[in-house]
Amino acid sequence: MGLKRKDILGLQEMSPDEIETILETALSFKEILTRKVKKVPTLRGRSIITLFFEPSTRTRTSFEMAGKIMSADVSSIAMANSSVVKGECLKDTILTLQAMKPDLFIVRHQASGAPHFIAGMVKESVINAGDGMHEHPSQGLLDMLTIIEKKGRLDGLTVAIVGDILHSRVARSNMWGLTKMGAKVRFVGPETLIPSEAKNLPVEVYTNVEEGIKGADVVNVLRIQRERMTGGLLPSTREYSRLFGITKERLKLAKDNAIFMHPGPMNRGVEIMPDVADSDISMVTEQVTNGVAVRMAMLYHLLGGTEDAVVA
Amino acid sequence: MQLLLKGGRVIDPLAGVDRAADVLVEDGRVSAVGAAPDAKIPAECVVDVSGKLVLPGLIDMHVHLREPGLEHKEDIETGSRAAAAGGFTGVAAMPNTIPVTDNRPIVEYICKRGRDVGLARVCPIGAVTKGLLGESMAEIGEMVEGGAVAFSDDAFPLADSGLMRHVMEYCRMFNVPVILHCEDKSLAGDGLMNEGLTSTMLGLRGIPDEVEEISTARNILLARLTGCRTHIAHVSTKGAVELIRRAKEDGIPVTCETCPQYFTLTDELVVGYNTNAKVSPPLRTAEDVEAVKAGLADGTIDVIATDHAPHAIEEKEAEFAVAPPGIIGLETSVGLVMTELVAPGILSDVQAFEKMTATPAKILGIPGGTLAKGAVADITVIDPAREWVVRPEELKSKSKNTPFGGRSLCGKAALTILGGKVVCRDGEIVE
Repeated sequence: MGLKRKDILGLQEMSPDEIETILETALSFKEILTRKVKKVPTLRGRSIITLFFEPSTRTRTSFEMAGKIMSADVSSIAMANSSVVKGECLKDTILTLQAMKPDLFIVRHQASGAPHFIAGMVKESVINAGDGMHEHPSQGLLDMLTIIEKKGRLDGLTVAIVGDILHSRVARSNMWGLTKMGAKVRFVGPETLIPSEAKNLPVEVYTNVEEGIKGADVVNVLRIQRERMTGGLLPSTREYSRLFGITKERLKLAKDNAIFMHPGPMNRGVEIMPDVADSDISMVTEQVTNGVAVRMAMLYHLLGGTEDAVVA
Repeated sequence: MQLLLKGGRVIDPLAGVDRAADVLVEDGRVSAVGAAPDAKIPAECVVDVSGKLVLPGLIDMHVHLREPGLEHKEDIETGSRAAAAGGFTGVAAMPNTIPVTDNRPIVEYICKRGRDVGLARVCPIGAVTKGLLGESMAEIGEMVEGGAVAFSDDAFPLADSGLMRHVMEYCRMFNVPVILHCEDKSLAGDGLMNEGLTSTMLGLRGIPDEVEEISTARNILLARLTGCRTHIAHVSTKGAVELIRRAKEDGIPVTCETCPQYFTLTDELVVGYNTNAKVSPPLRTAEDVEAVKAGLADGTIDVIATDHAPHAIEEKEAEFAVAPPGIIGLETSVGLVMTELVAPGILSDVQAFEKMTATPAKILGIPGGTLAKGAVADITVIDPAREWVVRPEELKSKSKNTPFGGRSLCGKAALTILGGKVVCRDGEIVE
């Protein structure tokens, strides 16, 4: 089967059918992760390059594992040690790597649109593993997979995304993905960290955290970065924590069986209190596991493997 | 040396002339405008320009020719060729060169290079501060003596209001205009495009209208304080148009320009991370485009310039955040003005070309901008019916960074005449 597209750059341009296809495939692939021998031959002979211009542990490792489990050859370029340090431009970096004949690039870049620039340049597939403040489609998909597993559906649910919305590619991908699948999305955070144009996006905006999580089925909390304090957007982590930190008390306002999610890495005691992070409703480690399954599905659909080979 | 332009429609906005007439050029000057004189003119000196517009040579008061120092983008020769091909006989070159045009020798160098190339009058604009660093005033008096026609902080807006006040007072002494790039850098922050729904969806940091408007308001108030002739560069927002309209009503000595990109394009062109849609100020919204057109129509906006800003292919072929802002404009300006302003009736051709001839000449205090008898024979002949498609690879500019590639336009320079000599015919430079 496979998707009828070369690249996965964002959820904004994906159809609900495409999203559903990936999520269904990911659910079936997840079983492989429970096997004693975690190896299927699906992508044998295919080669993948991960290209991370920004530091990342979980996303990069997750893509690497997804590729390796499916028998692809995965090469990871540590940009800190690359010729980018010597002043090579992005175009030449890509042309050089392309000449090594990979089948797919996985790109993380601090500049919004950098994966699009690459995708426009190469005939091989490109997966956006997070670009600037734009999108992080694999995170959006793994968050949706986690919700489906716990809630059985997305349609009709209310998902509150709490924190630094303005700078968050996770918030944007979640918004596009969830709303396409029929969920309601709330953006919750301080006025300085919510884009002024959020009023024209398919979301409800809350600057009061209690109101924002009231009645929510899912509370997805974003990491608050220390730069926001020096950048004049927030006075202190202390004040942020008091006004927006997710405590057990506050979570009681959400629906009874609500779940808590966080894309990590967490700042315990700042945006999330440890007792919530370690509670039964926390999906944080489940999200990480689902990340591998979702990325296996993304690679599978773009590289056009066959389902038979997986089941075998 | 004679040249007779026969059968055209002569438009001389300064003289209020708009009529069918012949123009006789002798010894580099306009010697007669009217019915064709006797058959004393040799046949080889007669050019049939029937159906065409005969205008004073067009002047673009805002270009970047990149020489000295940035010749990989453009130089005075290629920039002059682009000017001639676009119908411009005069260009005012911004001072953000390397080294910065902040002293007399560089001003004189640019003048000399312009004369040596001989395809357009190249008028240097001096930097308001040494090195464009915004710290201390440049030697403005010396640069005036060397041939600088105006002073500007272009691309490096001067934040220090006290220093700007002194620059403006000082420039007033020489009766030279100050040209201001209005941008509050502290509010712009790391912004990359117009702030709005498009920037939010693309995840690109936004530049709100107020970045331009705060600075425009300050500079208007400093013009009021100092009485210096103040020209606001590349107006792009509705609010800035309104501020300037009000300043003019209040009698403050302020003029302004806009550029074709601000009456033709919106920020939606950035979708797909198109680096040729990255300009400073950024492309705005449809509402701003309409306000700019209204400002052109009611005379609030005095001048149409281009902010011709060449950048090399390798500089624009990059991440959106990395690519430098700016587009080339000399060769597309006439076509865009004719197609987007004159054809739809927003401006008459007389109004449109006044903003590209007499008005910039007057602001800069340079010769040209008229076809009066005895005037230097800088003349542009435009074929208003010529349909053409912008092909970046065919442009004369050394750089090809235009967002108008593939666009169909109607109206193009047919002849560019500098000091009585034809320097460009149908887009080809006459060597």
